[in-house]
Amino acid sequence: MKKDIILAGVGGQGILSIAACIGMAALEESLYLKQAEVHGMSQRGGAVQSNLRLSSDPIASDLIPEGKADIILAVEPMESLRYLPMLNKNGWIITSINPFDNIKDYPEIEQLMKEIWKQPKYITLDANAMAKDCGSIKAANMVVLGAAVPFLGLKPSSIEAAVKAIFGRKGDEIVALNLKAIYAGRDHTLKQL
Amino acid sequence: MQKLLLLGDEAIAQAAIDGGISGIYAYPGTPSTEIMEYVQASKLAKENGIRALWSANEKTAMESALGMSYAGKRAMVCMKHVGLNVAADAFINAAITGANGGLVVVSADDPSMHSSQNEQDSRFYGKFSLIPMLEPSNQQEAYDMTRYAFELSEKMRIPVLLRITTRLAHSRTGLETSDAVAQNELRLPDNLRQFVLLPSIARKQYRELLGKQEQLEAAASESGFNRMIEGSDKRLGIIACGLAYNYLLENYTDDKLVNPVLKIGQYPVPLDMVNELYESCEEIIVLEDGYPMIEELLRGMLNKGKSIKGRLDGTLPRDGELNPVVVGHALGKGHEHGSEIPPLVKNRPPKLCDGCSHNDAFLALNEALNAYGRGRVFSDIGCYTLSALEPLEAINSCVDMGASITMAIGAADAGLVPAVAAIGDSTFTHSGMTGLLDAVNNNSPITVLILDNSTTGMTGGQASSAYGRIDDIVRGLGVSEEHIRILKPLRKNHEENTAIIKEELAYQGVSVIIPRRECIQTLNRKMRQKATAKAMNI
Repeated sequence: MKKDIILAGVGGQGILSIAACIGMAALEESLYLKQAEVHGMSQRGGAVQSNLRLSSDPIASDLIPEGKADIILAVEPMESLRYLPMLNKNGWIITSINPFDNIKDYPEIEQLMKEIWKQPKYITLDANAMAKDCGSIKAANMVVLGAAVPFLGLKPSSIEAAVKAIFGRKGDEIVALNLKAIYAGRDHTLKQL
Repeated sequence: MQKLLLLGDEAIAQAAIDGGISGIYAYPGTPSTEIMEYVQASKLAKENGIRALWSANEKTAMESALGMSYAGKRAMVCMKHVGLNVAADAFINAAITGANGGLVVVSADDPSMHSSQNEQDSRFYGKFSLIPMLEPSNQQEAYDMTRYAFELSEKMRIPVLLRITTRLAHSRTGLETSDAVAQNELRLPDNLRQFVLLPSIARKQYRELLGKQEQLEAAASESGFNRMIEGSDKRLGIIACGLAYNYLLENYTDDKLVNPVLKIGQYPVPLDMVNELYESCEEIIVLEDGYPMIEELLRGMLNKGKSIKGRLDGTLPRDGELNPVVVGHALGKGHEHGSEIPPLVKNRPPKLCDGCSHNDAFLALNEALNAYGRGRVFSDIGCYTLSALEPLEAINSCVDMGASITMAIGAADAGLVPAVAAIGDSTFTHSGMTGLLDAVNNNSPITVLILDNSTTGMTGGQASSAYGRIDDIVRGLGVSEEHIRILKPLRKNHEENTAIIKEELAYQGVSVIIPRRECIQTLNRKMRQKATAKAMNI
């Protein structure tokens, strides 16, 4: 088993929480994992990405080689396109359709969606609305994570254990909210496949 | 033995705790910050009474760590690469004094300048100071090398430099720890003159340092961190330093690597190992993340030996971080191509947060400066450096910590009056205070904005050494009371703030304006923590 994942978004959107959940779940299953994060200056509202690599065999590089990523997991539609050169020919794009418009020349969302729809394999979802239905828009990143679950090859029990480990100190309600959001995302993908 | 999921920085911190440090000293700087933060958050470190507070700057951190080593205890000091420039005086001389308790200096380099103003390679500092140096290729090695570094430091009575880069510092993976050791007892150096660098003593100490080099090289042969991996294809021998080894292996996941490889993780590099590879192969390629240090040594000034490939002959890019693809290309491999980035994808550079106090401070400054024209604001290193970009375009320099005030002095001396300095509260206590003293002594016609958001913002909101005493410090340095002006940078105060800045720009002496409002990130975090505490019924 080997999954190379590019997590993409804007600083502050919670991609590191997604990475932490997947990482923790992978650890539950005794997989090898490397996750390169971006800290520092770019976190201030800039484009951020994280390279997450899972494998049943030891992993050499912290960085995914260009053209070898299996999944681009994005919490923002424009950011999902920024890393296309990293994606392999059979790779999936999983992205929220909710724009984070903090620049003056942000493209029209319709144009962005047309570009995403041109890609061979994609799952798009209105993560904000789905998160709101689950109880809080703050869980939008977990909805996106959920949408990737069918592609990750990780057991649901591992994901649950990870969410409990990471959000447990914030209370049972937060754990339940995040799990609900993850299931909503997962069901969305399963319906589309 | 325990299995943990840690960043490279955290692995080093855990190893320092397990390795029996009594204290850690640091100034925040990407990508080194998380080392200190991990120790600060560690329950074990707290139980063991490990001292873990931020220092005012890297030099004070280095010196405090040296003092702890003098007293026989183990100490770690951490900084980003440019921080080692600040600490260099203490660092180079600590090689001459030598250590008593184990002393490990961590310098985190930032090739490709993800969050820095240059990509200098700390290995040159190791070579320059003649101390041993370790360069891990992964997080497990970062842990193991840190443990080893304390032992080596005490055995050889010398500080040890641990050099990491951003990619290792900020990449997370599983690793195994080993048994912890207890802290050292207080124990003075055997020779109470060891740390007295009077010329007569320093000369003796320096000869001692030179005399240790052979043993240090032997240690680098025996530790296992440098090793030769045999290969049948002798047309090309590969030297891979630190992280570059991973990028090499990444290119051989499908086919077997048949060239001999010398993996380097400890310096000074044993000559016999390099010679063995050189003699047995037709040409050599050197893979190192940073400057071409080993490559340059191998080529020599005249480059008349065997063909040496690397960053200097264009086989690898001369600048920037290595990655699996550039290393693959250097070894004659191609790579997969994804699809192109569609042209409608626009750049999204970092920017000041919504609600950031710096934004309001610079809007007022910009307006106040309209009468004088652009190009007279010297700034410094922190979030506020982002005000150089659109839409504010408010500042004209960012060089090194503290340079804003002192560059303004020089520019004012040259006739650029008024000259303005803009510096954050943490940067001010790091290296701005001495510059302000110069300005007061010169009575320079400069206006200094100390942007007081009561935190070290860019690195994630660490405590600022000012601890709310900026006004007192400024007063103590001799700035006259009527020219210390405190503002609340809010949109609704814009007119009033602009007027105050205008008044001080017109003053022909040193003015200090302190726009003071808490960092919006720090404020939000405090509110979140409060909410979490409430949810947990604490």
